[in-house]
Amino acid sequence: MEFEAIIGLEVHAQLLTDTKIFCGCSSKFGAAPNSHTCPVCLGMPGVLPVLNKKVVEYAVKMALATNCTINPTCEFARKNYFYPDLPKGYQISQYVYPLAEHGYVELEVNGGKKKIGITRIHMEEDAGKLLHDEYNPVSYVDLNRTGVPLIEIVSEPDIRSAEEAANYLKSLHEVLVYLEICDGNMEEGSFRCDANVSIRPKGQKEFGTRAELKNMNSFRNVQRALEYEIKRQQYIVENGGTVVQETRLWDDAQGATHSMRGKEEAHDYRYFPDPDLVPVIVDTAWIDRIRADMPELPQDKRERFIRYYQIPAYDAGVLTADKALAQYYEEVVAICAQPKQAANWLMGDVMKFLNEDRRTIRECPIIAASLAEMINLVEAGTISGKMAKDIVEEMYRSGKGPKEVIAEKGMVQITDRDTLIHTASVTVDEHPQQAADYRAGKEKLFGFFVGQIMKKTQGKANPQLVNEILKEILDKKND
Amino acid sequence: MKLTAQEVEYVAHLARLEITPQEKEKFTAQLNDILLYIDKLNELDTKGVEPMSHAIGVTNAFREDKVAASIGTETTLANAPDARGEFFRVPKVIE
Repeated sequence: MEFEAIIGLEVHAQLLTDTKIFCGCSSKFGAAPNSHTCPVCLGMPGVLPVLNKKVVEYAVKMALATNCTINPTCEFARKNYFYPDLPKGYQISQYVYPLAEHGYVELEVNGGKKKIGITRIHMEEDAGKLLHDEYNPVSYVDLNRTGVPLIEIVSEPDIRSAEEAANYLKSLHEVLVYLEICDGNMEEGSFRCDANVSIRPKGQKEFGTRAELKNMNSFRNVQRALEYEIKRQQYIVENGGTVVQETRLWDDAQGATHSMRGKEEAHDYRYFPDPDLVPVIVDTAWIDRIRADMPELPQDKRERFIRYYQIPAYDAGVLTADKALAQYYEEVVAICAQPKQAANWLMGDVMKFLNEDRRTIRECPIIAASLAEMINLVEAGTISGKMAKDIVEEMYRSGKGPKEVIAEKGMVQITDRDTLIHTASVTVDEHPQQAADYRAGKEKLFGFFVGQIMKKTQGKANPQLVNEILKEILDKKND
Repeated sequence: MKLTAQEVEYVAHLARLEITPQEKEKFTAQLNDILLYIDKLNELDTKGVEPMSHAIGVTNAFREDKVAASIGTETTLANAPDARGEFFRVPKVIE
């Protein structure tokens, strides 16, 4: 029997505000434990949370970027449960009236496009962090993260494979980072994902029983966990069993999901409107102001690059995957006006160096203007493409401009005709046997002569000119 | 009866309250009285009236995203029943 997977994802993204969602404590990661805390985020009696305006603005940005409808009024609600990382005994979230609903993102699927629906985006506070003692039955609680602003992005069950899930996640991640509202760091937990997955025989309308997957802290792990879980469920169904509705944890080391036993009892969160927080009204004037402040989104940028710079879709994809890289590229092209050359140099040599050193484009020692100048020098014939490779490497190592590197290394291309005629003649005379063989029809030997000339000139000879001159010399003596 | 003894027991459990059988009986009666009293509101016709969550008409109470001083680790842990170093210490709970 053929099965299909039904997957829905819940993404939690920490917002890049300076302060927490309901108090003025810093939301910066990595501070000394329990140092970013105050009576509000500690849940002391009698305190009053006040909403950080920037949280609403950031959440609206994401809602607009994912084509959501922003509800004119939204409200906060209390989600009640007991856990040591939640000092108040409830999490302030949104329930019946979320900020935004009914959106979608578009994924590229086999050359076509597929819409993944977004059920809702809402604002909420993060919980604290627990560290479990390895030897004793105790846990340590750090409440710095308590109250850090989150948006939760809930997808429709529109995803049909593990790979599609990873692509959807990458797309959300890219947009959040482009908008500069989330740093997207999955290891530090600023971008987290839970998945609901079930299977059903192909063609069946009803959904199967779903499992909820947690603890996947990379795109790769999300994909692996889903692949594993789909297989697990198929195995159960094919062997006459039934899938149990439960939460399962992904174990990276074992490459498997495990049931979270002991959590069988259904949660009853008893949501109710938080009386401490008044409704939020986002009117069209405010939405327009936020919209005006939004950058070009990755997909729009990609399409513009293809259209405007006439570069292949693949190149546009690579160059726009990182906003800073896209910006660097545009700076280079603005100066050298050679989009394809700029893409090649950037995606080839420059990115290779950066990857080797685990650097981002922001840390690139070659400034955009220098790379553009170098491309212009190749175009003008001052240096050959092969020389350029060495020059770019030296530019990267030293941070110097191309002209400086060229002057230091004496790497200017030899384009003087007479000089090259002389070099070529000498070369041919030095190899009479090869010359004779070439003239007798072994045309492959042409490359041998080119190589000899390049060796003599330390690669500085202009290749086109060498070809031209060499042909003249070899053919002439043939007469 | 608006509320059964089982429901009272369930709610007590959710709130992590331990109650004796006598208390359960007492609270069931008291809560039923309260709920019956609140039931009077159902006599009003609220057709076409949007549910409201607040009695006051205030909306959009915001603060700017400006860092204010935190109270420090020492003060944070001052009331903790148990602490170790810079952390609160609690019985191990793994969901």
